[in-house]
Amino acid sequence: MTQGDQIDYPIPPIDAIEPPPEWERLRQQCPVAHVRLPSGDQAALLTRYDDVRQVLSDPRFARSADGAARVSAEGTGVFDRRRPGVPQSGDGHQRWRRMITKWFTAKRMAALRPAIEAMADQLVDDMVERGRPADLKANLGFPLPVWVICELLGVPASDRERFSYCSDTFLNLSRYSAADMEAAHTEFAAYMAGHIEAKRADPGTDLLSDLITGTDSAGERLSDDALVSTGMGLLIAGHETTTNMIGKMMAMLLADRERWEQLLADPALVRTAVEETLRYDANAGFGMIRYVSEELELADGVLPAGTTAVCSMASANRDERIFDDAGEMDLTRSPNVHLAFGAGPHSCIGQSLARTELQVVLEVLLRRLPTLELAVPAAELPLVEGLLVGGLREVRVIW
Amino acid sequence: MKIIVDQDKCVASGQCVTAAADVFDQRDEDGIVVLLTDNPSEDLAADVHQAAAVCPALAIVVED
Repeated sequence: MTQGDQIDYPIPPIDAIEPPPEWERLRQQCPVAHVRLPSGDQAALLTRYDDVRQVLSDPRFARSADGAARVSAEGTGVFDRRRPGVPQSGDGHQRWRRMITKWFTAKRMAALRPAIEAMADQLVDDMVERGRPADLKANLGFPLPVWVICELLGVPASDRERFSYCSDTFLNLSRYSAADMEAAHTEFAAYMAGHIEAKRADPGTDLLSDLITGTDSAGERLSDDALVSTGMGLLIAGHETTTNMIGKMMAMLLADRERWEQLLADPALVRTAVEETLRYDANAGFGMIRYVSEELELADGVLPAGTTAVCSMASANRDERIFDDAGEMDLTRSPNVHLAFGAGPHSCIGQSLARTELQVVLEVLLRRLPTLELAVPAAELPLVEGLLVGGLREVRVIW
Repeated sequence: MKIIVDQDKCVASGQCVTAAADVFDQRDEDGIVVLLTDNPSEDLAADVHQAAAVCPALAIVVED
């Protein structure tokens, strides 16, 4: 492994747009870097595209294991938590995953799109009525993904507030005490268990009802624990990340008026523009951890068995070896082989949904509020102070 | 042009269908890739290469 100075990880972000300069230095000089996590545990930080892609794509390596480095000594909440009943790797993981992936096909997304658009329009109506300036994150970025997940999980619209509250409380606990986290987890698990009971008694046409009544390809049903874990996992995975990405995407696109005007002139660029904001995101959060259980040879070094690897997809997405003019935003970039959703057997299960939501948000805002602009300079947008998740606390806009 | 897909590696992202819906589809039961034709016409070559490039599992191989 390449020796370098001990680096503390995560590397603090700078602002809404610019990546920390350490990324480029590490990619150039120390692609496999020793880092110290907040727990004090050691890990190997990967910052080049090929190394990150190789480790994420290797089916042998799971996201957690006994002996893996801990991110923080107290635990970091939902992201560290094992999911009871859900296999973490191998064939079992694939069978579990494939019970869910049918809900995220391109066809399903096309069918869901009009409902998402109607939700976005309604949220923009409400925001406009409240008046400017407005926080795009609170008015649109936060509620939209929750509403969409409620629809997918068959949670009635009347429970949206409750569901949002659970999710918000739970997710904000990334920086609170273990006891608070446990209490929120228990409450949320109880809510989800109740919801599952109701669906069992009266199945609908939603994802959870389907999981309750269905079996995997080996004929196995999901246990009650696995159902609760899966429902909670989908909410957690689909909510905060999408909420944050909506805010960051709009900040990036509004930071330079030419970008917004390019999109107004040619709304067909929405798809490639969304991909480019995913690639360009300088506040993507911690990255992905893999426990490397067997020695692994990379292009840029060897990871001994027992290494905890931290994969910085955000740095990989700026790798000049892969992306021409990696430091420039190009709304027409195609193909865009960014790793924002990871790669390989654990790549984001809801990536098609996230893409659809981001595309719809952008289309609706271009159509409804063409004069939209940031109310403060992009570099002054306040960052989320979390250990694992990167984002903007608010995105104040006028129109 | 010849296309080979690896259904075991496929993670059902749907990216290939978005890129080339005339060539790729997804199984209803789990979203796994289905090849509609393994030797599409040359005018679809750009879309097929796009699909292979953006597959998060690199489950699509194109031989020209």
